[in-house]
Amino acid sequence: MTSIQDLEALTTQVRRDIVRMVHANNSGHPGGSLGCTEFFVALYNKILNHNPDFNMDGNGEDLFFLSNGHISPVWYSVLARSGYFNIEELATFRKLDSRLQGHPATEEGLPGIRIASGSLGQGLSAACGAAQTKKLNGDDSLIFTLHGDGELQEGQIWEAAMYAAGHKIDNLIATVDYNGRQIDGDVDDVLTLGDLEGKWKAFGWEVLIENEGNNLSKVIDVLEKAKSLTGKGKPIMILLRTEMGHGVDFMMGTHAWHGVAPNDDQLAEALNQNPETIGDY
Amino acid sequence: MAKDYPVLGSKDTRSGFGDALYQLGQENEDVVALCADLTGSLKMNAFKDAFPDRFFQVGIAEANMMGVAAGMTIGGKIPFTGTFANFSTSRVYDQVRQSIAYSEKNVKICASHAGLTLGEDGATHQVLEDIGMMKMLPNMVVINPCDYNQTKAATLAIAKHHGPVYLRFGRPKVPIFIPEDMPFEIGKGIKLIEGTDVTIVATGHLVWKAVEAAKELEAQGISAEVINIHTIKPLDDEIILDSVAKTRCIVTCEEHQIAGGLGESVAGLLCRTIPTPQEFVAVNDQFGESGTPDQLLEKYGLGTKDVIEAAKAVVKRK
Repeated sequence: MTSIQDLEALTTQVRRDIVRMVHANNSGHPGGSLGCTEFFVALYNKILNHNPDFNMDGNGEDLFFLSNGHISPVWYSVLARSGYFNIEELATFRKLDSRLQGHPATEEGLPGIRIASGSLGQGLSAACGAAQTKKLNGDDSLIFTLHGDGELQEGQIWEAAMYAAGHKIDNLIATVDYNGRQIDGDVDDVLTLGDLEGKWKAFGWEVLIENEGNNLSKVIDVLEKAKSLTGKGKPIMILLRTEMGHGVDFMMGTHAWHGVAPNDDQLAEALNQNPETIGDY
Repeated sequence: MAKDYPVLGSKDTRSGFGDALYQLGQENEDVVALCADLTGSLKMNAFKDAFPDRFFQVGIAEANMMGVAAGMTIGGKIPFTGTFANFSTSRVYDQVRQSIAYSEKNVKICASHAGLTLGEDGATHQVLEDIGMMKMLPNMVVINPCDYNQTKAATLAIAKHHGPVYLRFGRPKVPIFIPEDMPFEIGKGIKLIEGTDVTIVATGHLVWKAVEAAKELEAQGISAEVINIHTIKPLDDEIILDSVAKTRCIVTCEEHQIAGGLGESVAGLLCRTIPTPQEFVAVNDQFGESGTPDQLLEKYGLGTKDVIEAAKAVVKRK
């Protein structure tokens, strides 16, 4: 799976997975999942040196931490379609006795998950720790994270931001899903992030901005650029402008689909806009 | 005659932690330590000086420290976090809950200055709810050793246990009475004194008070059995049930609120098995205040005389 055409097809299929998973139990978070689909497809297919034969320590592998755990549908879909577990298991999302918890967890042993997330603001700290263990172990692999922009309102993020720069954690590439929306509305209306680029720079981070976060090639390029900047004494932040709900027209341009499932008609319309490519689960 | 425990010296329990941490640093290169600007208070200087590459100064950012520690386990490190008990629990409860306990991370949360005996700093720092908070978390082991030697032994033991642990100790110098070679096994209580009339179960600094109380009770004709419960979770059900089967009454002693403490764990065990009269030597729904450790223990009803009175009261309820 290396050509951009193949990855575009996968992206469409992942979008189908997301809306079907959320629809199937009338709960979950489609908006952010759809907006980050290109990021996940790019990360797992073009960027990460990873092994779907999962082990928790991941020595010798790049590791990914999802801090905004509510966009679990896109992660589960991409993990399954990267070989971490059977795609049929996507049908168990949010159901009793499933390994696919509403928010990612380790307790049920789902391959690919290294720490629970859901309560926001904690993933950057864990990523810093994992990055420092890599250094202690002489392992030159990288640590990647994803965060919501609304999540940056949590204070712990800035504790970790200060820590990462202070300890020169330069094997860490964080990305913010900069879609400008959160549950209660636009981020600027709920609590503005102000000059986000300036904030991260002031905290001592190298900052990259990609305004086309739903363009697969651009996402791959910015992640590759970030990799080229590792090992230079600074943690790296990518501010990735995305569109919440991307790929399903009626879910775009609003915060309304942050955590709402489509009904039967809406599902049909969403699937119509994302025709089956490599096969439904 | 009640078994005698000669006082071997006087040291703070936090020094037992610091000395054991240094020893662990020598023995196990996977042991790493994190501290939130309290290196001296936690007695972590020896580790820091000997193993600077494995010591991580986090600054005054305890939430981040818990998350960093959780992340460090991925790849095989065994992180020991050090800060005050208050900042190890209530301040960071959600981080401990999600990133450590629920995620089953091999983090050792090492907490000093617990309880009233922190002394003059007052109630903001005298956490009396930490045992309750931590024992409620699935996967979490909760340990509160009673003197320097036991704190040292406990610190060495938790490094060998895979999984999250809360280790609680304190600031003041207290008598050393546990023999240095006494085995320490997580989850196994220690019968310090055999007795027949009343069971006294104690944890942390209150264990010495219980030993002192047993001597005085013996002089008054009451034979007290003293059990040191250093591991509040998992609780050693067997040692408690065996004892109350004989004595038919129990006193629980701890430097903690009644709510959520060792006493409630014991009461829960007994009401499910052998309903037994129980008295609680613990803080009763109050915050502490500034004062010397001894003044505070006396004012809040945690002194030797309070253990004696509780024992006499519970014997009458049989």
